[in-house]
Amino acid sequence: MRYNWNWSVLFADPYLGWLLSGLGWTVLVSAAAWIIGLALGSVIGVMRTLPSPIARAIGATYVEIFRNIPLLVQIFLFYFVLPELLPREMGRWLKRDLPHPEFTMAVISLGLYTACRVAEQVRAGINTAGRGQASAGLATGLTLAQVYRFILLPLAYRLTIPALTNEFLNVFKNSSLALTIGVLELTARARAVADYTYQSIEAFAAASLIYASISFLIAFLMRRVERRARLAGTLAAGTH
Amino acid sequence: MITLEHLSKWYGSTQVLDDCSTQIEKGEVVVICGPSGSGKSTLIKCVNGLEPFQKGTISVDGISVGDPATNLPKLRSRIGMVFQSFELYPHMSVVGNICLAQLHVLKRSEDAARARALELLDRVGLRSHADRFPSTLSGGQQQRVAIARALALDPIAMLFDEPTSALDPEMINEVLDVMTELAKDGMTMVVVTHEMGFARRVADRVLFMDAGAIVEDAKTAAFFDKPVSERAARFLSKILHH
Repeated sequence: MRYNWNWSVLFADPYLGWLLSGLGWTVLVSAAAWIIGLALGSVIGVMRTLPSPIARAIGATYVEIFRNIPLLVQIFLFYFVLPELLPREMGRWLKRDLPHPEFTMAVISLGLYTACRVAEQVRAGINTAGRGQASAGLATGLTLAQVYRFILLPLAYRLTIPALTNEFLNVFKNSSLALTIGVLELTARARAVADYTYQSIEAFAAASLIYASISFLIAFLMRRVERRARLAGTLAAGTH
Repeated sequence: MITLEHLSKWYGSTQVLDDCSTQIEKGEVVVICGPSGSGKSTLIKCVNGLEPFQKGTISVDGISVGDPATNLPKLRSRIGMVFQSFELYPHMSVVGNICLAQLHVLKRSEDAARARALELLDRVGLRSHADRFPSTLSGGQQQRVAIARALALDPIAMLFDEPTSALDPEMINEVLDVMTELAKDGMTMVVVTHEMGFARRVADRVLFMDAGAIVEDAKTAAFFDKPVSERAARFLSKILHH
C-alpha cells in the first residue's frame, strides 16, 4: 500500500475547526432528537398500555410505521417529499423560510424514529412493573394518570435505563445520516477533510475515534446512574 | 354498607361470577372462602371497581359502583384494599408508600401525612422501619405496611384478598394479629382467606363460594357446625382435617 501518512493534518487549520464544528452539530442533532424521542416515545409507550383500545391502536400503528421504514428513507421523506405533499403555502414555507431546514428536518425525523424505539422500551418497562402495582395504586383512589406518574413511569424508567441508554447511543450514531440532507455534522466534516487533504484514513479514523469515545463515556456514566437508581430497592424486589 | 345484588361477570364467554347477592353491615367481618378459581378474589375486586362486571349492582355506602357516573377514585379512596402479593411501591420508602395517596388523593400536607403514617406504623409494630425500602422487609412486614397504607386513608371498610397466602407460615400470625385488632376496633372487613382458624375466631359471617356462586352465606358458628350445602361440608372436611 502506497499511502502518505500525515496525522498532523487533523490538527491543522482549518481542518481541526471543521471536525470540532461537525462534532458540535452531531451533539446538537442527537440531543434535540433525543428530547423529541424520549418525550413522544414515553407518550406512545404509555398509550400502548392504556385500557382504551383506541389509544392502544394509535400507539401500535405509530410504532409499526416508524419501525418498519428504513431511517434513511424516513429522512428523505421528511426532507424531500413532505414539502410537496403539504398545501402549497406550507410547502413553500418549509422549503424557503424554515430556518436551518436540513437541521430541523433531520432532528424531526430522527426524533420521530427514536420515539418508536423508546415507546417499545417504555411499554416493556410498564408491563414489567406490573398490573398489580397499578391495581394497588388505583385501589387507594389515585387516578390512572397519577398511577402512571407516581408509580408506573418511575418504575419503568428505572427498569429500562440500560435499554434507553442503548437507544440514546443509537440516536448519536444514527445522526450521521443527517449528512445525506446536508447537515454538516461530524461525518460530513470528516468526509470534507478527506476530500480536501486526500488523508481519508486519518479523517475517518478521527471521526470513528470521536464517536466511539463519546459513546463509551455515555455508556459508562449511565451504568453509574443505573446502579444508583437500583440502590433505591427496585429490580430485585417487589416487581413480580 | 356493602350490598351486592344479582352480580354476574364474564370473561369473554366464561362466566366467573354467577348471580351473587349479599349484604354486609357496618362493623361486620365477613370471610369469603372456597376452592381456588371459585371467584372469591374477583368478587371483592368488583366491590371497589377494580374489576368491571356485566350484570347486577353493587353499592357501597349508598353509592353504585357500576354506575358510569360514579367517581371511582373517590369511592376507592374510602375502601382500603390489601393484596395477596403486597404490591408495595418498590421505589419508595415505607413512609413514602403510606403517604402517596394521602398527599395526592386526600391532599393532606406533607407533615400531616407523615404523622399519620408513623402513627399507623406504630400500630402495626413497624415504626422503626419507616425509612427503609420494601425490598429490605420480610413478607409479613411488607403486608403489615400494606395494611397501614390502606388504613392511612381512614377507610369505611377494608377488603383483604388472600392477605396471608404468599407468606411463610411463621409470618402468617403477625398479619392475622393486626387484622384481628382491626376487627375488634369495629372495622367493616371483607376477607378472602383460607385461614379457617381466623374465620372461626374473628368472622361474624362466612360466605362459601363455588364455581362463581355464593353457595352458602351463614353465621360463623352455623357455618362451621352445620354447613347446609354438601359442597361446603366437603370443603370443610378437607380443610379442617389437617
